[in-house]
Amino acid sequence: MKDKIRIASGQGFWGDLIDAPYHQVTKGEIDYLVMDYLAEVTMSILQKQKNRNPNLGYARDLPDLMKKILPISTQKGIKVITNGGGVNPVACADAILETALQMDIKKLDIAVVLGDNIIDCLEDIISKGCELNNMETGESIVTYKNKMSSANVYFGAMPIVEALEKGADIVITGRTTDTGLTLAPMIYEFGWDRSNYDLMAAGTIAGHILECGAQSTGGNFLGDWESIENFAEIGFPIAEAYPNGEVIITKHENTGGKVSFDTIAEQLVYEIGDPKDYITPDCVADFASIKLEDLGNDRVKVFNVKGQPETEFYKVSCSYQDGYSAAGNLTYSWPQALTKAKKADRILRKRLKNLALEFDEIRTEFIGYNATHETLAEQIDEDKINEIVLRVSVKSKDRETVNRFGQEIAPLILTGPPSVTGFAGGRPKPKDVIAYWPALIPKNLVKPIVKILELK
Amino acid sequence: MKIKLRDIAHGRSGDKGDAANIGIIAYDEKGYKLIEDKLTADKVKEHFTGICKGEVERYELPNIKALNFILHNTLGGGGTVSLKHDAQGKTLAAALLRIELEVE
Repeated sequence: MKDKIRIASGQGFWGDLIDAPYHQVTKGEIDYLVMDYLAEVTMSILQKQKNRNPNLGYARDLPDLMKKILPISTQKGIKVITNGGGVNPVACADAILETALQMDIKKLDIAVVLGDNIIDCLEDIISKGCELNNMETGESIVTYKNKMSSANVYFGAMPIVEALEKGADIVITGRTTDTGLTLAPMIYEFGWDRSNYDLMAAGTIAGHILECGAQSTGGNFLGDWESIENFAEIGFPIAEAYPNGEVIITKHENTGGKVSFDTIAEQLVYEIGDPKDYITPDCVADFASIKLEDLGNDRVKVFNVKGQPETEFYKVSCSYQDGYSAAGNLTYSWPQALTKAKKADRILRKRLKNLALEFDEIRTEFIGYNATHETLAEQIDEDKINEIVLRVSVKSKDRETVNRFGQEIAPLILTGPPSVTGFAGGRPKPKDVIAYWPALIPKNLVKPIVKILELK
Repeated sequence: MKIKLRDIAHGRSGDKGDAANIGIIAYDEKGYKLIEDKLTADKVKEHFTGICKGEVERYELPNIKALNFILHNTLGGGGTVSLKHDAQGKTLAAALLRIELEVE
């Protein structure tokens, strides 16, 4: 058994710094590279891509990224774990194998984790008595099932552990919890007992700290953010895990950013609910039990983590298209920038009303004044405001109604208050509104499938 | 005497469906005692009048000197359907730092 392993986070979301994973494998020693690509809305986009082309539906950055990483990872024995397989992990693995074939790589075993995608089994699941009731509204999915554009179960660490046991160099999953990506190599390397829930929670919390990339190493840090050095070359987090469940969060030397008590504490409280009840497929972690010790030199020890047994359910995330939206911006300059923007908003609303257009919602925000803090925004002295961006957005079930809004906002340039600009991008176009349906499913109704694909 | 939360704490916010979560972390133990005592769920709800349209729940994480607030019905329907410029509530932690706490 290894006395420690180093697990590096390579992406905080799909769209994060493209070279971050490459820097993680080149700027210092690591054993695992983990990458989270999937947000709730991503699955629906990927499902649409797959519907159009059965070879798509995964994070298309991955094959190019692996082309850069494979020469190093295969030589050093670094394993890669990612949920970038989206709704098509097999196509993703095939694309990476194809890339590897064109390189001088002799051996590569890629495991795919399947079984999370239940979009084609909703009828079957309902017939077994699980109506996938919406966790927020309590409504049954039955009347909505034909509208659903994606439906995925969140698997945890165990399918990835199985993949590693089968000898995988790379593990490509579909919908897997972000935390499971990091917990899995600890279970595998240290032979952790699956029912030791303190250890499961320790690995889960390390995963929570890693899952948003540089948000734990000084990025988006609201503390003394000006003390963060070298944002331009910010180092992504690394979890140095020990068999007893202690984890030291750090980053490679000679990278930017900072790992401190404060930067880790901020990430710990990010997007959590009841801290004693952080539910994953692997355990229920207690965030209130966590202790942190700042060891200096960008090293913070995370310890004393407590956990409870997992629940009998997996979380399911379904999505469906629910109308259309559009947003348009216009920029008004001094003098009276805010007064002009407010007047323009009233003119636009009158025109939309005259056209008898019905929207589910019309929203007006003044960027530079109240778009972020709304009613908490301080009153401003207009003479001191150089410019204001008027942002108007609408939502409707009817696509044409939203389209007409786009046609009405642009003309304000010539038919409303003066010193206005910023409409070079053309009319705002209707975009699909993707609504999200969270539910629970008994664990015995779905089964993760792990397959190894070899280099031919 | 009034103390600005901004001077004694930092934090981070994000989304959980239509609810926003705001984690507030005191810079030191004295600051934690103060926020534990004064930064109540009611006080936070009042601060976000007109923004938070549901209940506010508060949880304590004394080991890391932090409080976690869940603001229900706050994000205009939630990240993917909201028309808000800040649909994920990313700037709400900063908005809470505007609050002033009365101390003896």
